[in-house]
Amino acid sequence: MAKARLIGDRTNRVMVQAMERRSTDVRGRIFQISLLVTLLISLFILAVLIVDVVVDAWGVLTGRPGGFLNGTMRSVSHDNKLGVHQALVGTFWIAVFVAVLAFPIGIGAAIWLEEYAPKNRFTRFIELNIRNLAGVPSIVYGLLGLFYFVNTLGDLTGGKSIASAGITLAILVLPIVIITAQEAIRAVPQGLKEGAYGVGATKWTMIRSQVLPYAAPGILTGTLLSMSRGIGEAAPILLVGAVTGRLGTDPAFLDFSAINAEAFMAMPVIIVEWVQNSGRDPGFAEAAAAAIVVLLVFVILMNAAAILMRNHFEKKRG
Amino acid sequence: MTDIGKLSVESLTANPRQARKEQVIRYSLGATALVSILISVLIIWSLFSEAWTFMVEVDWGSVWDIGWFPRRGIYDIKTLIVASFVVTGIAMIVATPLGLGAAIFLSEYARPGVRRTLKPILEILAGIPSVVLGFFALEWIAPNVVQSLFGGPAAGSLLAAGIGVGVLIIPLVASISEDAMTAVPMSLREASSGLGARKMTTTVRVVIPAAISGLVASFILAVSRALGETMVVFMAGGASQTAVYTHHPLDGSLTMTAGMTSLARGTDNVVGEGLTFQSLFFVGLVLFLMTFLLNIVANRFVQRVREQY
Repeated sequence: MAKARLIGDRTNRVMVQAMERRSTDVRGRIFQISLLVTLLISLFILAVLIVDVVVDAWGVLTGRPGGFLNGTMRSVSHDNKLGVHQALVGTFWIAVFVAVLAFPIGIGAAIWLEEYAPKNRFTRFIELNIRNLAGVPSIVYGLLGLFYFVNTLGDLTGGKSIASAGITLAILVLPIVIITAQEAIRAVPQGLKEGAYGVGATKWTMIRSQVLPYAAPGILTGTLLSMSRGIGEAAPILLVGAVTGRLGTDPAFLDFSAINAEAFMAMPVIIVEWVQNSGRDPGFAEAAAAAIVVLLVFVILMNAAAILMRNHFEKKRG
Repeated sequence: MTDIGKLSVESLTANPRQARKEQVIRYSLGATALVSILISVLIIWSLFSEAWTFMVEVDWGSVWDIGWFPRRGIYDIKTLIVASFVVTGIAMIVATPLGLGAAIFLSEYARPGVRRTLKPILEILAGIPSVVLGFFALEWIAPNVVQSLFGGPAAGSLLAAGIGVGVLIIPLVASISEDAMTAVPMSLREASSGLGARKMTTTVRVVIPAAISGLVASFILAVSRALGETMVVFMAGGASQTAVYTHHPLDGSLTMTAGMTSLARGTDNVVGEGLTFQSLFFVGLVLFLMTFLLNIVANRFVQRVREQY
């Protein structure tokens, strides 16, 4: 009461106004909105891309989905038996090679680097080397595959075969597997390890019973990401010699003799083939779009699973 | 008390079988780590040995000529390098503002909920295979952007390929830049706000300078990635097999990567004039050295971020 009378109504009002007045920060607003716009443009491009591909693919995918998945490469796009079966088989085997070669070697290397490696210059050199390998363009891995697996070791791998392509891609994703697994293993709390040692565990028992279970979600995230990278990669296997034009054979999924046979196809490569053919036969563009949808379903599912899993465990563990 | 007397050093050593097993595991894990060294050695050996043959035997006049016609013995490397630089430049013009803007928004402005939804979507964009962006660049960007905005061809061109590569590397720029900015300690932002700075001032004058090493690293890594990107330029670059020298973005040409791919693809063996096969490895070596240097520099910058905070 006394206070209000002392200051006076008018002063009071002016002061409240001064404190409450929200000066509109016009430049700040514009800045914030333009930042949001850049983000929305990126998301918009993603949306346009998916809509464009799905619209192009619609005719093929709704018209004859079963025929498209079971069909083979043809020389004309309106052939009813045109489809991606050969490419699915090739990509399946590439995935098997990546899983069998890159995952155990990559995870093993990550365990060694995080748990066993002495902290010296040699270890730092290995880590630097792995980071550099991750930055080597994928086409250089294609040259590697061409030089060693197609030419030098051609008798073993069958030359331009699915085995050559699979090993090349396993090498390509190896650095990614190692780096992501290392990050997952590094995040294991020291207390868990000391607890295991405290009850008398040896180093390996400690790793098997504490480190690996704790790091498993992170490692799995990395393997999923690298697998989706591996099955989407086209450049190296074009160099290793995925067949171009019409492919004679159409092996079944579990036909082992196809592994080192001198002809193969994979999902990303069939897309390139059909896009290249779309100049003389526009129907191939639709077939390419349909093949993209099939590939994207696999890749996006794997990525989404990996991202969701990582976010889930990050949240749970704080 | 008496029991302790019976203990000796021997009772503290492990079971020998167990110890042997531990050793075996240690060495086999170490061997897997050495695989990465082996791979590097193999890459370098394959590139250098074939490129060396090329460099010794080639007529160097044909390495600086009118264009890239490898099957006819004309290996003009500048055609490929200039085309690579044009594509990379366009890609960076597209990706730097979009990626950086998205990163600043996600790290400084977005509410946690918004961030949790938008970031995974950006990461999905990062996972899209480059063949898909090659298709998109050729079938959508070329007619709808290159032709209608710039009056270029509706088919492939360096501009279409460059925009495609730009879209491809947006997530890379965004995610590394965002990591760099979230690594800036909150206390710097609080101090800035405490002095009365507005949000924008804090972002532009405090957070970005503090994160500059990471931002530079993201830029360099993106350049390296764009130089090495193959499928988008191969599919949407507007040239197949051969290319005459050009630096005009609306023309079609071959980049280093596209040149290699079109040479190696579509034949049973890479044949042609004597050194055609070796030229593949020569171009590969040039590309490898460029990206290697860029990656080393970028790694330095990333290291600096880690040391600071």
